[in-house]
Amino acid sequence: MTLGLINANPVVHAKKERVARTEDPHADDAVDPLDIYDFVRDIRDPEHPYSLEQLSVLSEESITVDDKLGRILITFTPTIQHCSMATVIGLCLRVKLKHFFPPHYKVDIKVSPGSHADEESVNKQLNDKERVAAALENPNLRQLVDECLYSNEL
Amino acid sequence: MAKLDHLTQHIESYVDSSATPAQQAASLDAIGCLVKSDALTLEALVRELGMYLTTTDDIIRARGIYLLAEVLTRIESKPLDSATIHSLIVFFKDRLADWRALRGALVGCLALIRRKTNVGMVIGSDAKAVAQSFLENMQVQSLAQHDRKLCFELLGGLLECYSDTVASLGEHLFFGICEAMDAEKDPECLMLAFRNVESLVRLYPDASGLLANFVGDLFDILESYFPIHFTHPSGGDINVRRDELSKALMSAFSSTPLFEPFVIPLLLEKLSSSLLSAKVDSLKYLRACAVEYGAERMANHAKAIWSLLKDAISTYLEEPVFLFSSASVVGITFQNNEIITEALSLLQQLVMQNSDLLVNLIIDDEDVNMVFNSLAYHEKYNAIPVQEKQKLHVIGRILYVTAKTSFSSCNLVFQSLFSKIMKTLGFSIKNNDSLPNDDILPPRRFKFGFLYLCIELLAGCLDLIALSEEPLVHYDFEHEMFCTTLNSFSSSLFNAFGSAVALSSDDHPLDPDIYIGVKGLQILAMFPGDAFPIPKSLFENILRKFMSIITEDFHKTILWDVALKALVHIGSFVQKFHESEKAMSYRSFVVEKTVELLSLDDTTMSFSFKVEALSNIGMTGMEHMLKVLQGLEGAIFSSLSDVFVHGNLRSAKTVVQLLECYSSKLLPWTRENGGFEESVVHFAVEIWSQLGNCMGSSISFEEKGLLDAIMKVMKLAVGCCSVESQNIIIQKAYSILSSHTSFEFKELEELPLTPGKYDISLRDEWVLSIFASAVIAVCPQTSIPNERVVFHLFIIALLKGVVPVAQALGSMINKMVSKSNATEISSDLTLEEALDIIFNTKISAIGILQKCNRMSNGREVVLTDLCLGVGTDRLLQINALCGLSWIGKGLLLRGHEKIKDVTMILLECLSSGTKSALPLIHDASENTDEKNSDPLVMKCAADAFHVLMSDSEDCLHRNFHVRIRPLYKQRFFASMMPIFQQLISKSQSSFPRSLLYRALAHIISDTPLIVVLSEAKKLVPVLLDCLSMLTEDIQDKDMLYGLLLVLSGILTEKNGHEAVAENVHVIINCLIRLVDYPHKMLVRETAIQCLLAMAELPHSRIYPMRKQVLQAIVKALDDKKRTVRLEAVKCRQAWASTASRSLHF
Repeated sequence: MTLGLINANPVVHAKKERVARTEDPHADDAVDPLDIYDFVRDIRDPEHPYSLEQLSVLSEESITVDDKLGRILITFTPTIQHCSMATVIGLCLRVKLKHFFPPHYKVDIKVSPGSHADEESVNKQLNDKERVAAALENPNLRQLVDECLYSNEL
Repeated sequence: MAKLDHLTQHIESYVDSSATPAQQAASLDAIGCLVKSDALTLEALVRELGMYLTTTDDIIRARGIYLLAEVLTRIESKPLDSATIHSLIVFFKDRLADWRALRGALVGCLALIRRKTNVGMVIGSDAKAVAQSFLENMQVQSLAQHDRKLCFELLGGLLECYSDTVASLGEHLFFGICEAMDAEKDPECLMLAFRNVESLVRLYPDASGLLANFVGDLFDILESYFPIHFTHPSGGDINVRRDELSKALMSAFSSTPLFEPFVIPLLLEKLSSSLLSAKVDSLKYLRACAVEYGAERMANHAKAIWSLLKDAISTYLEEPVFLFSSASVVGITFQNNEIITEALSLLQQLVMQNSDLLVNLIIDDEDVNMVFNSLAYHEKYNAIPVQEKQKLHVIGRILYVTAKTSFSSCNLVFQSLFSKIMKTLGFSIKNNDSLPNDDILPPRRFKFGFLYLCIELLAGCLDLIALSEEPLVHYDFEHEMFCTTLNSFSSSLFNAFGSAVALSSDDHPLDPDIYIGVKGLQILAMFPGDAFPIPKSLFENILRKFMSIITEDFHKTILWDVALKALVHIGSFVQKFHESEKAMSYRSFVVEKTVELLSLDDTTMSFSFKVEALSNIGMTGMEHMLKVLQGLEGAIFSSLSDVFVHGNLRSAKTVVQLLECYSSKLLPWTRENGGFEESVVHFAVEIWSQLGNCMGSSISFEEKGLLDAIMKVMKLAVGCCSVESQNIIIQKAYSILSSHTSFEFKELEELPLTPGKYDISLRDEWVLSIFASAVIAVCPQTSIPNERVVFHLFIIALLKGVVPVAQALGSMINKMVSKSNATEISSDLTLEEALDIIFNTKISAIGILQKCNRMSNGREVVLTDLCLGVGTDRLLQINALCGLSWIGKGLLLRGHEKIKDVTMILLECLSSGTKSALPLIHDASENTDEKNSDPLVMKCAADAFHVLMSDSEDCLHRNFHVRIRPLYKQRFFASMMPIFQQLISKSQSSFPRSLLYRALAHIISDTPLIVVLSEAKKLVPVLLDCLSMLTEDIQDKDMLYGLLLVLSGILTEKNGHEAVAENVHVIINCLIRLVDYPHKMLVRETAIQCLLAMAELPHSRIYPMRKQVLQAIVKALDDKKRTVRLEAVKCRQAWASTASRSLHF
């Protein structure tokens, strides 16, 4: 990142309040988008000390879940079109969800249509098992991802 | 004189700079004592000190002077003659010029200046000389902090005690004080400096003189301190808090009206600053200054203050809380905000001083006018744009404060704004007069905003009147203009608020439109006075309106709720004026009507509504409660007789609800407020009469809910009475029991008891249970008639399985007086006798042990035998055990040693296979070689420990005057633990062992955690066995959870770690099994939390288990319940990070 920041001046949005769920002992607590959103909203942006929620990269609406089929689709919006950090963000999402969901869920991660210049290749890269595995073996990338996931800066 | 020999030594050690502080302090103390006890005169001391006071060595001289000064400080209350004081003060005064040895001089001056008249004081001229010397010689700001503080103290002492003489110093004094505090930054010094300014200003009361010339200079120095702001966070060594300092500065600012031209502009400027504390301080200071400076001076600034004030309120006022549960009964409630509170109290102060001016400013204000003009367009609250809402609230608050400040301001506001509002709403005095008062117009929509402002104005008005009602400021307000205006518009207002209520929809949350309507009516109803300003007829109309909502609009739950709350407020208000006509009409319109609701056979309104309304209105006051209690009792008895005589089951449901209301709402209230005992006793006795009357049908006794409700009410009613009243109730109960049941009391006196003869009918069981519940709740002093027979009867019923009777036995045993303590000779049984009856009464086996052929006929047994299973009647044994457990509980609570025997019996039942270590039981059971090891019986014995240890609501409860020995659970736990451990290790077969575990689990989960923790090391393995045993049966899930909580308590506690560390492996295996326990979510959640807590243990211990835990947790990630999944995520992260962040394993 010696070349300077890719998006030096991002728009920061307010954090939404966390909704305390009403406890209903008899309700059927299926996995819903808010569950997933609560897990990923606090991931730190690779560039800035703000969460993905604050940069409005993610929102509750951008997540869809099919609990029966075990599918999760996350669509995120990079802050700028040429953001090379899009893949890192996607990688973070994937790693975090892997921690928090049982392996039978299939997670699809995409950039929202039209939000990235290189949309297709980013999508392909993020959903390719082998490339994800390879990326996570790269120590530099791994460190960057871990920093985003476990950062205390927020 | 021996002491004096050491004097030189003491002085030397004090003056010597190489001595330690402790030594110095010791020698100082010694000298001080000498002087105090007159063993040493001051002259002698001075002579002795001699050289030290005048030597040219700075350090020694400083120490010498300081020693003298310190001694003087210590003898402040010792009388001294004037010559000594004079010479000393002259010495210290001169020393003020000696800057190298200043500390001593300052301390000495201070000590002398502070002396009181009765012990010899410094004379005026000397004080003046000190002041002069101080002003000439001191460079305060060049000194260290402590010296500066002494300087300020000295100045303060001079200004306070010698004000007259010091005042003549004039200009010098001003310069000196200004110079001294200029650029001072230490909080402690500033506190003193601010006080000095205050006293200085007080020296020159005339405005024209010296002070006028220096006010500017003084202010220049003070100005820089406002607002008080600590740059460093307050550390341990600063003893002054910000608000104290701020208060000191405030009183300096407000010390003289001459500051006004300087202070007010500064405060106004700071009011518009962005710093929150500056704003709050400015508002506080302005108010304090307004009080001191007076109306005339403040009038000059009124306009500027008003506009800033309005801005401040607009910025910080939040949306009001439209809730009836909120704190203020009268006005509209807002979130508490310091700025708003300060701003409004400043406004109130200003209005108080210059009401004409301020009210005119408010009336002419363009914002106010704009609000008035724009509001005309919006009918509903939610239609008003946000900004205008805000303005509306601000104006509302301002009007409220203005109205409540004084009569004149209230008049002015009413004259101008209120009539304007009325005009816009379409009311005029004329058309009001043409209406008969009771006539209610058809509802139409009124503009919300105006109604809102009306409420604020009315609330202000009401507060004002409430203030004038207080005896000290009693004032006849009825001829004030606002009252006449209000009176003439009252029925129009009633119509307006009434229509707001009528037209509202019933949305959730509470719609402000409903709120406004109900609140408005409530405020109108809360004006005091029978005829004026709100006439009685109108008051009644309001009550009628609310009552119509209560009786008809119960489907609009929210409206119904708020109407009831408003009625409750009004009720508690009129209760203050017992004899007033309004209170009368409240009684007849509200209380009686609500009571009537009960008797109406109206099926449309659900009974729960009626009961709720009744209990709430009853709780508004004593008289209302009496009425309500009467009404409720009437309803209960008529339905009860309906049930008992006609067998009407529908009435049974009603009566259960009524009894529930009586016992859970009204009785606690009466208990708190007192004075209802008569009525409660009457109620209880009447219930007994009813029971006596119902000889006939027995169909109605199948309603279990009814019995429970009656028992509960009986317990609570008896529990809250005095001993005399309890005696009355018990007597009545006993007479019913003895005369209206089929028990033959004569026969009961004879031994052996023959339970076989009795076949307790359902009805007898009812009467007996209710009698038992009365017995449960009595005080120890209350006497129970014919106790021996009652005992016999109870034992028989107990063997028939009537549980309340067992509880009553336990509770009687608990309360009985022991023989050794029984001072008064009475017919009552002592504890020992009672125990003898229980455990040694011969019970004829005829008729109860028929099945047991070998030893039955003619044999007599005792209760213990039955518990141990003489014969094979399983049910009998279970009943006996259950009874024994309650009796045991009574003994356990009072800490009686007989409990040991009871537990031995229980244990014997449990461990029927291993009858080794229990010698007591041996002889009792030697004949019972045909051992009965029925599993159900054994389980019952195990569960008896639950009865022993748990806190029961039904009996042996604090409310029922029970005798509780402190720490009884701890004792029992400690005594049982070794026994159980021994038994468990000895038991070979798995089933008895599982029951032992079960009993142990009961004990552990009901023992306070702290005790369990101390035994944790021994307990953990047993605990784990219990846990795994309990997973087998679904019915044990609650027990399992209770036990798991104990384990989690051990795990999360620091002390528990040690005990846990040795068993990590086993514990984790056990927890892993519980992670997917299917029957209770809380068990899974707690198990995962325990695992999370285990991740804190030493790494080397837990690392081998890591893989296993992670695998188990993955399953929990997919749990049906969200909370479990979330816990699983946390747990997984914690365990994964014990090695690295990666989750690969």
